[in-house]
Amino acid sequence: MNALSIQGLAKRFGDVQAVSDVSVEVTEGELFGFLGPNGAGKTTTINMLTGLARPDAGSIRIAGIDCTGNPKAAQHLIGVVPDESNLYPELTGFQNLSFCAALYGMRKKEREARARELLDTFSLADAGDRKFAGYSKGMKRKLTIAAGIIHRPKILFLDEPTTGIDVASARQIRQLIANLNRSGTTIFLTTHYIEEAERLCGRIAFIVKGRIVRIDTVADLVQPIQDKHVMKLAVLTSEPTLRKSLAAAFPDLMFQDAGQGSIRVEADQPIHVGPLVRFIEDQGVDVAEARRVRPSLEDVFVRVTGIEADALKKEKEKGGGRP
Amino acid sequence: MKRWIAFWNIFVKDLRAYYLKPPNISWGLIFPFAWTGMFFIKSGGVQDVMMMVPGVISLSILFGTTSLLSVTVTFEKKGKSFDRLLLAPIPLELLMLAKTSGAILFGVVNAFVPVLMAVFLTDLSQVAWSAAISAIVLISASSTFLGLFVAVSVSEVFEAQTFSNFFRFPMVFLCGLFFPIERLPVFLKPLSYIFPLTYGADILHGAFHGDHIMAFSTDFTALSLFCILLFLISLRNIGKRWIL
Repeated sequence: MNALSIQGLAKRFGDVQAVSDVSVEVTEGELFGFLGPNGAGKTTTINMLTGLARPDAGSIRIAGIDCTGNPKAAQHLIGVVPDESNLYPELTGFQNLSFCAALYGMRKKEREARARELLDTFSLADAGDRKFAGYSKGMKRKLTIAAGIIHRPKILFLDEPTTGIDVASARQIRQLIANLNRSGTTIFLTTHYIEEAERLCGRIAFIVKGRIVRIDTVADLVQPIQDKHVMKLAVLTSEPTLRKSLAAAFPDLMFQDAGQGSIRVEADQPIHVGPLVRFIEDQGVDVAEARRVRPSLEDVFVRVTGIEADALKKEKEKGGGRP
Repeated sequence: MKRWIAFWNIFVKDLRAYYLKPPNISWGLIFPFAWTGMFFIKSGGVQDVMMMVPGVISLSILFGTTSLLSVTVTFEKKGKSFDRLLLAPIPLELLMLAKTSGAILFGVVNAFVPVLMAVFLTDLSQVAWSAAISAIVLISASSTFLGLFVAVSVSEVFEAQTFSNFFRFPMVFLCGLFFPIERLPVFLKPLSYIFPLTYGADILHGAFHGDHIMAFSTDFTALSLFCILLFLISLRNIGKRWIL
């Protein structure tokens, strides 16, 4: 059975079409990735699925329940972890979890036991009696995820769970997400970290400017480029004519601007570094680095969406963390 | 049952997080205390206490409830913790009743500060307590729902206070507390009747010293209608502004 079924979802804010004709089916137990740059429509889609926004068009079914006009109908089945940690700063970690459990009608004994269990699972037991306001960013994120699953939801919506936190916390959170999914929770994950989606998700949808441009399994997305040979050349010039000269001199190779003075070289056959470097140096340009790159989901994303890797890197930097 | 567990816990959480915080307790006590003292000194004698208490009660409730509710709800909305409540599987009506119950109780408690002070200054045995207490609860509810209406209409905490004053000060001067409505200029009189506090103050005047201009049934009906109307408008605005 489908845990989530969305058909033709659309949302407009004034002149901006935030989401257009989004259709997705997520099966029970799946970890589904919704990947796109900032402003692509990921959060708007989650808001519509969870009842914080009304779709202009389309239908939403959660665990078979039609929630299109009545989002409250399935809110007991879903958990939501928003892109910002939005618990109560004046309450302790334990009080926050206990309060969130009460919102789902859990009785005192049950909710306190569950709160303690989750504080242990998320390695926050020692901080349980401290106010949320005093938590670090990573701890806040972990507690917000714990609050999202306090009532054991069937489907968990995770919006950018590792944005803006340190590497160690991000790694721990990814591990927790994987464990949750292994224990049977269906997860709908939005992220702009391509590596994160590649590591965690079974299937991924690429969303750009409110439209889904591709949905497939990670294996099927990466498969067409797995046999490709890729190299990155760091050159000490930003002159665009260099790429044109290279393309003319090496017609079997494909050259792309990879941003920050880098050129991405792609070929069906192994790439010989020597002739390339010599050619560039003959043009009076120094080569700082030449390295082979394993084709990844990022390459697929760039190819499918037309969004350069450089633009995504800038967004990662804005987010403040790396997966 | 599950919904009532949620309701109770939202109510208790708000009491602990906002209304039982030392600054708010002191506000809740000092504000009515200061109003009572100020009017008592100006009145010049114990004999005017019965005339003064309804006004002080009304002011204490109005300022206490509208200030706190409009700020706490705006604060939660801005910090996005209010979204957590909107995502809970409880009807919006029940959720907002839970959010406003704390403020209503805070208003009722505020109202009894001048009453307690009056106990030491005059004989309150002639007060029609059933009418007075019902009026206190309804004034508190209507002021709280006015605070909710304000909170839903603004997006910043400072705007909540400014916008509240837009309603509070005309209400204070036109509801019959300072100037009897009959003595207001003709063009201002109709304005008095569009404020819920006018009806609440009239009941309190009647309950404390028997001097009221409308029938209690009219006052109670009008106050109840204001409560329902303000609550429904606020719910509609939440649906329009916060569930985009």
